[in-house]
Amino acid sequence: MNKVLFFAHLRDAVGKESVMIDAAGNTVAELKAKLTKVYKLPKMDVVMTAINEEFAQNDEMIQEGDTIAFIPPVSGG
Amino acid sequence: MDIIKKVYNFLNRLFYLNFLYEYEKVEKYKGKWKLMNFEILKEPIDIQTVINKVIQREAGAITTFIGTVREFTNGKKTLFLIYEAYEEMAVKKLEQIGREIEERWHGAKVAITHRIGRLEITDIAVIIAVSTPHRADAYEANRYAIERIKEIVPIWKKEHWENGEAWIGNQLETVSYPAGKPEKGEMYE
Repeated sequence: MNKVLFFAHLRDAVGKESVMIDAAGNTVAELKAKLTKVYKLPKMDVVMTAINEEFAQNDEMIQEGDTIAFIPPVSGG
Repeated sequence: MDIIKKVYNFLNRLFYLNFLYEYEKVEKYKGKWKLMNFEILKEPIDIQTVINKVIQREAGAITTFIGTVREFTNGKKTLFLIYEAYEEMAVKKLEQIGREIEERWHGAKVAITHRIGRLEITDIAVIIAVSTPHRADAYEANRYAIERIKEIVPIWKKEHWENGEAWIGNQLETVSYPAGKPEKGEMYE
């Protein structure tokens, strides 16, 4: 299983901070597309992805147990 | 006499336990100290504490950047802000910025603390302290740190106005990451 974390406007859209999903074997792009459809996530083209707290490319493969986080454009500072 | 001896032993033991307790606290503090140059805090940030972390004999300059909550943005009045972070990753990314600076500006020492939670107008959101042997580097490196924070550190702010609220960053639509992640030094170069 994989934990998927949502932040900022994505968490508002999903209605919760995280979901458990079996994403092993999917690429980042595939998972993104799947969840965008399920939760009707807005503006996913500007959203970055992190696997285990490190930025990941869209073609990266997700492994069993990985924690995935969707990172909207950041606005710290 | 017996009772005096007992009391004496008891007090001795008490002092010893107290000593152990204090000692352990100091040791813990020392252990943590090294890791805490990059922090996400929920409480107000103390400026001097951040500066102290970069003091070094080799330094000829320390620059500090203090980011504060502005009342008006594009004519719109902000009442307060909520900052949120993906804390574990945010600390890692702040550490990464520290490493990038140390590689780029020789002899630089960096400390960054970012506050999250509810912040009022004029509150301090972030403090960056950089020390270097010469002042030009301290200014440059500090500027680099804040620009990188705005690029790669997973922290978001939600602006609250009189007539609504919004996560900032999501409505700008000026940034996109076709590859799924930001490129190194994309913006600053």
